[in-house]
Amino acid sequence: MGRIVLEKVTKSFGATEVIPPLDLTIEDGEFTVFVGPSGCGKSTLLRLIAGLEDVSSGQISIDGQDATIVPPAKRGLAMVFQSYALYPHMSVRKNIAFPLRMAKLDQAEIDKRVASAASVLNLSDYLDRRPGQLSGGQRQRVAIGRAIVREPAAFLFDEPLSNLDAALRVGMRLEISELHERLKTTMIYVTHDQVEAMTMADKIVVLRAGNIEQVGSPLELYHTPRNQFVAGFIGSPKMNFIAGDEAAKHGAASIGIRPEHITVSDDGGPWSGVVSVSEHLGSDTFFHIHDTGLADTITVRADGEVGFRHGDRVHLTPRDDVIHRFDRNGLRIA
Amino acid sequence: MATQHSRSAARLMMAPAVFLLLVWMLVPLSLTLIFSFKKFLPLRGDQIESGWDWVTFFPSLDWVGFANYSRFVTSSSFWPAVSTTLLIVGGVLIITVCLGILLAILLDQPMWGQGVVRILVIAPFFVMPTVSALVWKNMFLDPNNGLFSHLWRAFGAEPISFLSEAAMPSIILIVSWQWLPFATLILLTAIQSLDSEQLEAAEMDGAPVLKRFWFIVLPHLSRAITIVILIQTIFLLAIFAEIFVTTGGAFGTRTLSYLIFQRVLESQNVGLGSAGGVYAIILANIVALLLMRVVGKNLDA
Amino acid sequence: MARSVTTRRKMINTALAWGIGLLIFFPILWTILTSFKTEAQAIANPPIFLNFDWTLENYAVVQERSDYMKFLWNSVIIAGGSTILGIIIAVPAAWSMAFVPSKATKDILLWMLSTKMLPAVGVLYPIYLLFVELGLLDSRAGLVIVMMLINLPIIVWMLYTYFKEIPGEILEAARMDGAELKEEILYVLTPMAVPGIASTILLNFILAWNEAFWTLNLTAVDAAPLTAFIASYSSPEGLFYAKLSAASTMAIAPILILGWFSQKQLVRGLTFGAVK
Repeated sequence: MGRIVLEKVTKSFGATEVIPPLDLTIEDGEFTVFVGPSGCGKSTLLRLIAGLEDVSSGQISIDGQDATIVPPAKRGLAMVFQSYALYPHMSVRKNIAFPLRMAKLDQAEIDKRVASAASVLNLSDYLDRRPGQLSGGQRQRVAIGRAIVREPAAFLFDEPLSNLDAALRVGMRLEISELHERLKTTMIYVTHDQVEAMTMADKIVVLRAGNIEQVGSPLELYHTPRNQFVAGFIGSPKMNFIAGDEAAKHGAASIGIRPEHITVSDDGGPWSGVVSVSEHLGSDTFFHIHDTGLADTITVRADGEVGFRHGDRVHLTPRDDVIHRFDRNGLRIA
Repeated sequence: MATQHSRSAARLMMAPAVFLLLVWMLVPLSLTLIFSFKKFLPLRGDQIESGWDWVTFFPSLDWVGFANYSRFVTSSSFWPAVSTTLLIVGGVLIITVCLGILLAILLDQPMWGQGVVRILVIAPFFVMPTVSALVWKNMFLDPNNGLFSHLWRAFGAEPISFLSEAAMPSIILIVSWQWLPFATLILLTAIQSLDSEQLEAAEMDGAPVLKRFWFIVLPHLSRAITIVILIQTIFLLAIFAEIFVTTGGAFGTRTLSYLIFQRVLESQNVGLGSAGGVYAIILANIVALLLMRVVGKNLDA
Repeated sequence: MARSVTTRRKMINTALAWGIGLLIFFPILWTILTSFKTEAQAIANPPIFLNFDWTLENYAVVQERSDYMKFLWNSVIIAGGSTILGIIIAVPAAWSMAFVPSKATKDILLWMLSTKMLPAVGVLYPIYLLFVELGLLDSRAGLVIVMMLINLPIIVWMLYTYFKEIPGEILEAARMDGAELKEEILYVLTPMAVPGIASTILLNFILAWNEAFWTLNLTAVDAAPLTAFIASYSSPEGLFYAKLSAASTMAIAPILILGWFSQKQLVRGLTFGAVK
C-alpha cells in the first residue's frame, strides 16, 4: 500500500514561496520521478512528503490517512539520501537493522530481515564492515537495504545516484528498477537527470520553480510536451526551437523539432547550414549546424556512418508530422 | 529538520547558555559603568549597603560625572601604561608571528621524529602563567643564580638584574615564550592545509623557493596570521600573572590592565579604576570587532 | 609531497627542528631536572645537567610544608567542575545552533564570543563585590561558576564546530528510520559527537586549570588552586630553587600530559573553528 495524495500543498521559507499551491496524486505501486533543473523545488517536495519539512498549508495524505502533521518516523516511509547518510559508527549489519531496532522488532526477526536484504543486495560479505570501508556503490546498496527492511509504504529517493561515477550509475539505475519490479512498492525518485527520469519512471512530474509543468508517462512527455519548457527538458540532445517566419509558416509563435526528427544530407532539403561540430558516438553522430538562418544552432542526429566535417554545407529535412507548435506563451498548440 | 516543533525545542535548549552569558555580561558591566561615574573609595569610608542600594544605583556614593574618566587619562601613569601595553603587545606579536611562521614552515618539512618535536614546541603553552613567570624570574633571570647570569659570566660579562634593568625585554621574552607555541601550532595547521598542487603548479611556472613563499604560502597563511594576531592581542592586552609575579608593575612594566588592577584592588579607588575599566573594555571591543569579522566570515562558508 | 626528499636534506631539517624544539622546551626540562637536585646543586655554577644526586626530597618537603594536596584538589574541582557544568549547558545550545539554525544563530554565536573578549580587569571590582555579597569569595563554588562562564563561549563554539560536521542528512535518516528525538540523540548523535565533546572537555579543563586572573584575585586560603599556590613562591626565602621546581613540576605535569593528547583539537578550539 502506498497511495500518496497532496492537496493544495504550499511551502514558504520566510517570505519566499518555493512551492505554490500544488495538487498531486501518486498511485500505489507507481514509480514516480520528480525531475527539473536545480532549485525547482523537487527536493523540497520530497522532504514535505517525508515530513522532514512542515508544509506551510495544504494537506498530505498517505493511504487515505491525513499525514500532514505526522512526524517523519510515523509516516511509514523510507528514504535514501543523496549522501547515503549511513551511520558511520555502525557496521553495515547495524545500519540495516537500525530502523527495525527502532520499531522494536525481536532480534530473530531483525536477523532474518537483515540477512534477506543483504542477499538481495549482494551485501552478505560486507555485513561486519563499517560504511567507511565500502565503495560508493556498496554504500548506496546499504542505504537501499536500510530502506527495504522496513517494508515501507513508499520509498523516497533523493538524487541517490548523483555521487556515483557514470558506469556505476547505469548499473544502479537498473538495480533500482528491478527492485521496483520485485517489490511493487510506491517509489518517489528525485533527480535532475532526465535520462534517469525517462528510463525508470512510470510517471514523470516535471517541476519548474515549484510549479508542476506536466505529469505523465515518459512517452507522453516525449511526444506531447505541454509547453516549451517540458519539450526542452525531456529528450537528449535538446529539442531545437525555431521562431520567426519559419514558425509562422506552421501557424505558431515558435516550433520545436527534435534532433532525431531531422534528416541531414548533401543533396537538398528545405533548410541548409554549415557543420560546426560533429560528435561521433559510434552508433549515432550529432551534428551542430550553424548559419541556417533559423536559430543559432540546429542539432541533428544522424546515423553513425554519416561523415560530414567541420565547414561542410549540408541540407536539412525536418519530419513535418512531428513538429511541435507553441504559442506566444510557450504553450503547445494541439 | 526544520519543523516548527524542533524550532521551539531548539530555542529552549539555547536558553540557559544565552541567559547565563547575558547576566554574566550585563550585571558586572553595568556595575562598572555606574561606579565609573561615582566617587567610591572603600578605604576612606565609602560604603555600600546590600540589597536595595544595588537597584537604586548606590545612593550612598556621590555622582562625579566624568571626573574619573578625565582623571584616569590625565594621571601621570596613564601614558606610560599605554606605551608599555603597546610595546608588550607589539613586541610579542612581532616575535611570535615571525618566529611562528619560520617554525611552522620548518615543522612542515619531512624529518625524523616530527611528532616529538611538535610536542616539545607546544609544551610552553600548557605551563600555567604563574609557573612560567616564576621559573623565568628565578631560574633564568635572577642576577645571582639564574642561568642567564651564569651564561653572562661564562662570556666574561657582568650579569645584570634583568627584571629591573631590562624589565621590558624580560617580560616580552617570557610572554613570547608562552605564546610562540600558539602561533606556531595555528600557522602549522594552516600550512598543512595548503594544497601541494598549488606549490607544484608554481614550481612548473618557474617560481623559485622564495617567490613561492611570498606569492603562495604567505597569502595562504594571511587568514591564519590575522586570527593569530587578533586572538593574541585580546589575551595580551589582559596579561596579568606574568607581571604580578615578576615585577609587580615596577620598572616600567605597568600595563593598562595592571594599572586598573592597582587602582581597583591595591589603592581601592574603585571609581577611577572603573573608568579605566571602561576604557579597557572599549579598547578590547575594537579588537574583538575585527576578530569577529574574520571569524564571522568563516561561519557563512 | 609526492616526491622523495634527499636524506641529506631530511637530516638537516631534523637537526634544526630538534635543536629549536629542545631550546623552546628547555625551561620546562630544566625545571623538571632541578626538581630532583639538592638546593646547592640547583644553583651550582657551572650548572649541572644530569650528573647530580637524584633526590625526591624536594617533593616531600613541598607536600609537607604547603599542604599541596589541598591546592591540587581545588584545581581539580575548579577545572573539572566548571568544565562539566559548561558542557551540560553548552551541549544543548550547540546542538540546536548546529542542527536547527535560524537567522539569529550567527549573531548569537558571535555575541557569545564577544563576552569572552571582555577584559577581566574591567569587571574585576563588580565581580569581587558580588562575590562578597553572595558569600562566594574564596569558595570553590564561586570559582567553578566564574570559570564556567568565562569558558562557556569557547565550549559552545567548539561543540558547535564539531556538531556542524555531523551531516544533517544522517539525523534526518534516523528520523526517517523511526527514531524518536531521544533515540536519535542516544544512538546516532552522541556516538558521532563523543570525540568532539571529549576534546572540548580536555581543552577547557586545561584552560581552567591554568587560569590565573580570577583564581589569584578571588581566592585566599580555602579555595586557592595551584596557580595561587605557585604564586605564593614569588617571595623567596633562602635557597628554594629545587623546591620551587618540584612545586612547579607537580602543577604543570598533569596538564602537559593532557595537553599532548589534545594538541590535534587545540587549534580548532583556540581559533573558534576558524582554522582547522
